[in-house]
Amino acid sequence: MIAPGRVFRSDEVDATHSPSFHQIEGLVIDKNITFADLKGTLAEFAKELFGEETKVKFRPHHFPFTEPSAEVDVTCFKCGGKGCRFCKGSGWIEILGCGMVHPRVLKMSGIDPEEYTGFAFGVGLERIALLKYEIDDMRLLYENDDRFLKQF
Amino acid sequence: MNTSLSWMKAYVPDLDVTAQEYMDAMTLSGSKVEGFEKLDADLEKIVVGQIDKIEKHPDADKLVVCQVNVGTGEDIQIVTGAPNVREGQKVPVVLDGGRVAGGHDGKKTPGGIKIKKGKLRGVPSNGMMCSIEELGSNTDMYPEAPEEGIYIFGDDVTVGESAISALGLDDVVFEYEITSNRVDCFGVLGLAREAAATFGKEFKPPVVTATGNDEDVNDYVKVTVQDTELCPRYCARVVKNIKIAPSPKWMQRRLAAQGIRPINNIVDITNYVMEEYGQPMHAYDLDLIAGREIVVRRAEKGEKFITLDGQERTMDDSVLMICDGKKAVGVAGIMGGENSMITDNVQTMLFEAACFDGTNIRLSSKKIGLRTDASSKFEKGLDPNNAIEAINRACQLIEELGAGEVVGGVVDVYGKVKEGRRIPFDAQKVNALLGTDIAKETMIGYFKKIELDYDDEKDEVVVPSWRQDLECLADMAEEVARFYGYDNIPTSLPSGEATTGKLSFKLKVEALARDTAEFCGFSQSMNYSFESPKVFDKLLIPQDDEMRKTVVISNPLGEDFSIMRTISLNGMLTSLATNYNRRNKNVRLYELGNIYLPKQVPVTELPEERMQFTLGMYGDGDFYTMKGVIEEFFDKAGLHGKETYDPAAGKPFLHPGRQANVIYDGQIVGYLGEIHPQVADNYELKERVYVAVVDMPVIVSLASFERKYEGIARFPAVSRDISMVMPKEILVGEVEKVFDAKGGQYLEGYELFDIYEGTQIKSGFKSVAYSLTFRAKDKTLEEADYAPAMNKILKALEEMGIELRK
Repeated sequence: MIAPGRVFRSDEVDATHSPSFHQIEGLVIDKNITFADLKGTLAEFAKELFGEETKVKFRPHHFPFTEPSAEVDVTCFKCGGKGCRFCKGSGWIEILGCGMVHPRVLKMSGIDPEEYTGFAFGVGLERIALLKYEIDDMRLLYENDDRFLKQF
Repeated sequence: MNTSLSWMKAYVPDLDVTAQEYMDAMTLSGSKVEGFEKLDADLEKIVVGQIDKIEKHPDADKLVVCQVNVGTGEDIQIVTGAPNVREGQKVPVVLDGGRVAGGHDGKKTPGGIKIKKGKLRGVPSNGMMCSIEELGSNTDMYPEAPEEGIYIFGDDVTVGESAISALGLDDVVFEYEITSNRVDCFGVLGLAREAAATFGKEFKPPVVTATGNDEDVNDYVKVTVQDTELCPRYCARVVKNIKIAPSPKWMQRRLAAQGIRPINNIVDITNYVMEEYGQPMHAYDLDLIAGREIVVRRAEKGEKFITLDGQERTMDDSVLMICDGKKAVGVAGIMGGENSMITDNVQTMLFEAACFDGTNIRLSSKKIGLRTDASSKFEKGLDPNNAIEAINRACQLIEELGAGEVVGGVVDVYGKVKEGRRIPFDAQKVNALLGTDIAKETMIGYFKKIELDYDDEKDEVVVPSWRQDLECLADMAEEVARFYGYDNIPTSLPSGEATTGKLSFKLKVEALARDTAEFCGFSQSMNYSFESPKVFDKLLIPQDDEMRKTVVISNPLGEDFSIMRTISLNGMLTSLATNYNRRNKNVRLYELGNIYLPKQVPVTELPEERMQFTLGMYGDGDFYTMKGVIEEFFDKAGLHGKETYDPAAGKPFLHPGRQANVIYDGQIVGYLGEIHPQVADNYELKERVYVAVVDMPVIVSLASFERKYEGIARFPAVSRDISMVMPKEILVGEVEKVFDAKGGQYLEGYELFDIYEGTQIKSGFKSVAYSLTFRAKDKTLEEADYAPAMNKILKALEEMGIELRK
């Protein structure tokens, strides 16, 4: 399932932060769901969003509700991974966090972690929009200037 | 967290990688390196030179001409204006074609500054002697460097060798983003263990040797911990006959690379061990500790205390204090007190390495408004077993550096000993979770690299106490995955029975609202859910209105973000005002966003969140345009019944004569109208603004996408127009009621096609025109079929005081 929604955080408003933004959470629970499935699914997702040539990189990370957890980078869609100003020379852009649903989370939700596994991911919508459309200031999204809105 | 490569190599001597390789590999094994700084990035061709001879410049009073031996056999001539050069001194010399990082003022130049041969007031100069600032650092980090002038080396350097190496600037500083679960990686040692495992090299932590004289520390100090919950362990050692001096260069360099300013041997050792072990330590002047007794207890409510930064702070009874026989001497885990701090005259010192409750430190640090290096480490919840290692390491360094005489023994108040964990292991399950096929032996090999033991008999992983984050098999799977390489795990798609996703009914109705609005020329906008309580005044909402009961944010970013909105109009009007102010013409916006209605004030449970479909516009269009959008939406959402409009909506923010509640099926489902001129003025909108707000939960409950085919009329329709002049007070809705009541069986529909108020109509009246359609399903209508109904309608209209125009 996919659950988009508005979320809040104690961040001052500036070009890259907003106290209120949108998060899209994805969750798959079934028998035999693996980390490899998570990788495959998100690789498809990245290609759909940023183009067929896009590659993904999974880096270990920590979230309390997933284990193992990862952050995902995609090859910079501006330079294709060679490194440019946009990706700060690294060739990669971080787009989301994900992982295998923590067994305790499954248990708390009444699902037997011995039988079922699952993966989850969370994408910051504004961040993706900023990257994809090359918007240089997040505040534009909340100003609602007609000349901005009409471009999408 | 930062570490320098050279400090890392002290524990992983075989580490032989470039900075980029280090960054990439460490990031992929789970210790994210955010970036690195090569301290010598802009330094080139800089050697140790010795000044053989200094002569006055023939043409300039402030310049001197130096002959400098740079180890090439022949002295080079350098002209300088530096006031502090003397014959015989060893100094850093940039040779012709070399580079320095910046100027004397400490400002760095991107890419550095190239130094070339040249002439200064006619005298050739073949290089430059440099200050510590020109080398990209400062006197904070190199306290031996003069405030002004050239850096002067001691005797421990050789003429001709690299000055960059001699100053320890041939180093790289890595900056990490350590996740909160990896407390062990907030010290250089923890990261070195990870680096060794990542690169398959041997990890060689410092060997901590026994320290102390044959005295007993218990004769010097007594420690009582009153609150063992908040302080699970307190270790104390004593050092006497302290000789305060600068710490050695190697220690200064390592601290400087971490961004820590070298002070003196005692402070530096404390900081060094904190960086090395991730265990904050504190040093007290034991002669200032009343009764030579330490008591760890909670503060009194309102207790005042002066921390060593000279600030007086007020405590409450949840803050843990370190006290002596009479008074508080430190805020536990956050900062020591001014009254017990180490000065240059210290004779005897008490070293403290303790473990405090992480949550309590975090809350206390917030309460007293003081976050320090120490508190930011303690608040993560440290391993109590690390404290003893750290304090013994500090004492070892005291002895090695000759900084004092360590008294034998440790006071160690340690209640419940923290043991490592044992986690039942099942390699097959790990492979099933990861989607891999990794051999069990390989997995165990990964564990051994990071000092996790494996108990063959019980099939259990033995986890040391510093890895508090490892609790279950899924955690072990991550350890396997990160050393196997996330990149090496195959990619697949979920194999289970595939289901096709679809939108929930609520989301379908919302999607329809979006489509309808956009079809009608409205652009989607987004407004903050946080607002200022001042918006209610702006919207002329009465003081006692329910809307003013809001969810109040307890830690707002400012007044403008201090409540959760209970009405969606402020955001809409603010956005319209932004557009108006920027001279955008004909703006139409909509928003689908929640309002937050508390069930009780103050809030005791989650508020009710109601999605509002809010439309706003100025420019082309009017009240009826807005009404049309609403009706279009209702029609598409399957609300095929008739909506009615009640002008007595009572909205203070709308124009008193141009507002209406939208009623469907007896329920108020929204409202629309023109913004009250006063409100428009409050938002500095100098045009007529129309808004509509539809309460989505009600619409969702009424909506339906079920359709039934009703047949297509096969017989022609008859259309009759009615043109009326009526008093302004009569609403078209009342007229339509007449059509509905008197239209008879053949009336198929009606449509308002003209409405006019103005000079050609007498004042107080309006002209309204409708087109009525009659049709029968089974025959072509004759005039006789529909005339009776038409007559009834006209008669009823006339009875209402409506003038019919022929």
